[in-house]
Amino acid sequence: MSQLPDDIKYLNTHEWARLEDDGEVSVGITDFAQQELGDVVYVELPEAGTEVKAGDEVAVVESVKAASDIYAPVTGVVTAVNSDLDTAPEWVNNDPYGRGYFFRIAPRDAAELDELLDAEAYAESIEG
Amino acid sequence: MSKLIFELSTEGRGARAQWPQTPAEALDDLPGELRRRTPPALPHLSELQVVRHYTRLSQRNFSIDTHFYPLGSCTMKYNPRGAHRAASQPGFLQRHPLAPPALSQGVLGCLHRLQAILEEVTGMRGVSLAPMAGAQGEFAGIAMIRAYHEARGDHERKEILIPTAAHGTNPATASMCGYRVREIPVTSGGDVDLEALQQAVGPHTAGLMMTNPSTCGVFETQIRAIADTIHGAGGLLYYDGANLNAILGKVRPGDMGFDVIHMNLHKTFATPHGGGGPGAGPVGVNERLLPFLPRPLVVEDRTADDGLHYRWADKAESPHSIGTLSAFGGNIGILLRALAYALLLGRDGLLRVAEYATLNANYLARALEDAGFQLAFPQRRASHEFIITLQREAREWGVGATDFAKRLLDHGVHAPTVHFPLLIPECLLIEPTETEDLATLDAFVAAMQATRREAEAHPDRLHQAPHTMPIGRLDEVSAARNPDLVWRGDPPMA
Repeated sequence: MSQLPDDIKYLNTHEWARLEDDGEVSVGITDFAQQELGDVVYVELPEAGTEVKAGDEVAVVESVKAASDIYAPVTGVVTAVNSDLDTAPEWVNNDPYGRGYFFRIAPRDAAELDELLDAEAYAESIEG
Repeated sequence: MSKLIFELSTEGRGARAQWPQTPAEALDDLPGELRRRTPPALPHLSELQVVRHYTRLSQRNFSIDTHFYPLGSCTMKYNPRGAHRAASQPGFLQRHPLAPPALSQGVLGCLHRLQAILEEVTGMRGVSLAPMAGAQGEFAGIAMIRAYHEARGDHERKEILIPTAAHGTNPATASMCGYRVREIPVTSGGDVDLEALQQAVGPHTAGLMMTNPSTCGVFETQIRAIADTIHGAGGLLYYDGANLNAILGKVRPGDMGFDVIHMNLHKTFATPHGGGGPGAGPVGVNERLLPFLPRPLVVEDRTADDGLHYRWADKAESPHSIGTLSAFGGNIGILLRALAYALLLGRDGLLRVAEYATLNANYLARALEDAGFQLAFPQRRASHEFIITLQREAREWGVGATDFAKRLLDHGVHAPTVHFPLLIPECLLIEPTETEDLATLDAFVAAMQATRREAEAHPDRLHQAPHTMPIGRLDEVSAARNPDLVWRGDPPMA
């Protein structure tokens, strides 16, 4: 069974988004997604300062099985990226909700998060 | 592991029998600064050592000449030796690539005839044989779509639509041609989601790239409605010819409404394939893209005495062409093999290619379903390939598509395509092709059944497979992240 913390939001496309204390949103892929992908070998990250719209393709994750696009969960500006993943992409597998995060966004409107799935709705979407 | 050829080297050993015959004084005029000061780092071996080394390596290969090779969507089928023989005639092999048309009527006539055959098979108005691989054919096709919109002053079309089941090369091609990619979802039945497509099109739509039958192994039932939707929005329809072998002689992309198509001659026309060797990805177009066809292109003139004369089209007569895509005449050796294949089979034979490819795929799909495997689209008739999903086996026994693929090697079967298309979890995409007989298909089903029984009883045996190959399970993470591909030992001294 995959872990689905209930203090974060989810996308159908298997990203998660967490509102941090400083008002920024950190983004990564779910435990379910990393299990499905298998061993991650490469993550292509956006540049800090990039303006993104919710639904934009902003990053790429590549595993031994497949390459997948990562979509921005909210509109805003990328403030930081997790450069640890350049040398240690395995963090995406080992700690998907922590050290394996992809990047942070300063959201234009944090209320956009409310439109994303909660843990229960996401759990439903990955069953079946 | 056997030794590398460099590790077999012994200083001073060699085989002079096949050394170049150039007399030493022929090099007297070569200026001193152009002469190398150190000998090349080549291994020193006897002729017999070289023969044994490469023969042993070839024996370790899984190849279409030695094994069943049901690699879905990549279509590995037998390369008939008759086609090889036809293309290997001295007149073809020894022709100088710069020989003028007057001395090249035979080969140019052959290429022109192949262009005409491909036009008829695909229902297109013009064909260029220039692209030297499927990916280059895709590039040529989308570059022509772009040239078409730009010639009309229609500069707002910046988006190419691609179904999620598409080959990975499609979005790469669109991106290389400067387009944004928008994905169109596929329904649970395996068709393009028409409603989502209708919502996605608009004045920004340059075109749609489609494979039909798709990589889901099913024929797109709503192709007419899809074509109308794209054309209605002012976009063009691109046909990825990867699966053309499924419909040869049955239905033509031109008649389905496609504006441009690339063909993989190494799939559909059984020319040699794989290993990064020479390919051929001709493009076909309908009337409106005709001016944009890439060169080299063979044209036919009628002579004063009513004979035919063939020559390369020149720049002045195709000013709107997207340009020259290959040096000399393209991969002529491959093109000649494709022509020989088409002529050997004839119209009826090409039709049988599609019929037997489809029959074999459907037989195998039903046999595997009867053996307890789960088809991804059980309600659909397969085209020339089909998908099974091992999601259940993965959940219950922890044994997935990769484990099955590796264990099949021990049964003497090349693994089918794994984990593609991406939208089906733990899938195998299986394409038997028309060249396999019933006994081979049944042996494959037996191997799959044996593997499944083993997956239940001894899952570890699958996790560690293959067991009988020269090397066992590869560490794919290290292979992807720390590839070690270059020999770094000391070069042998001369």
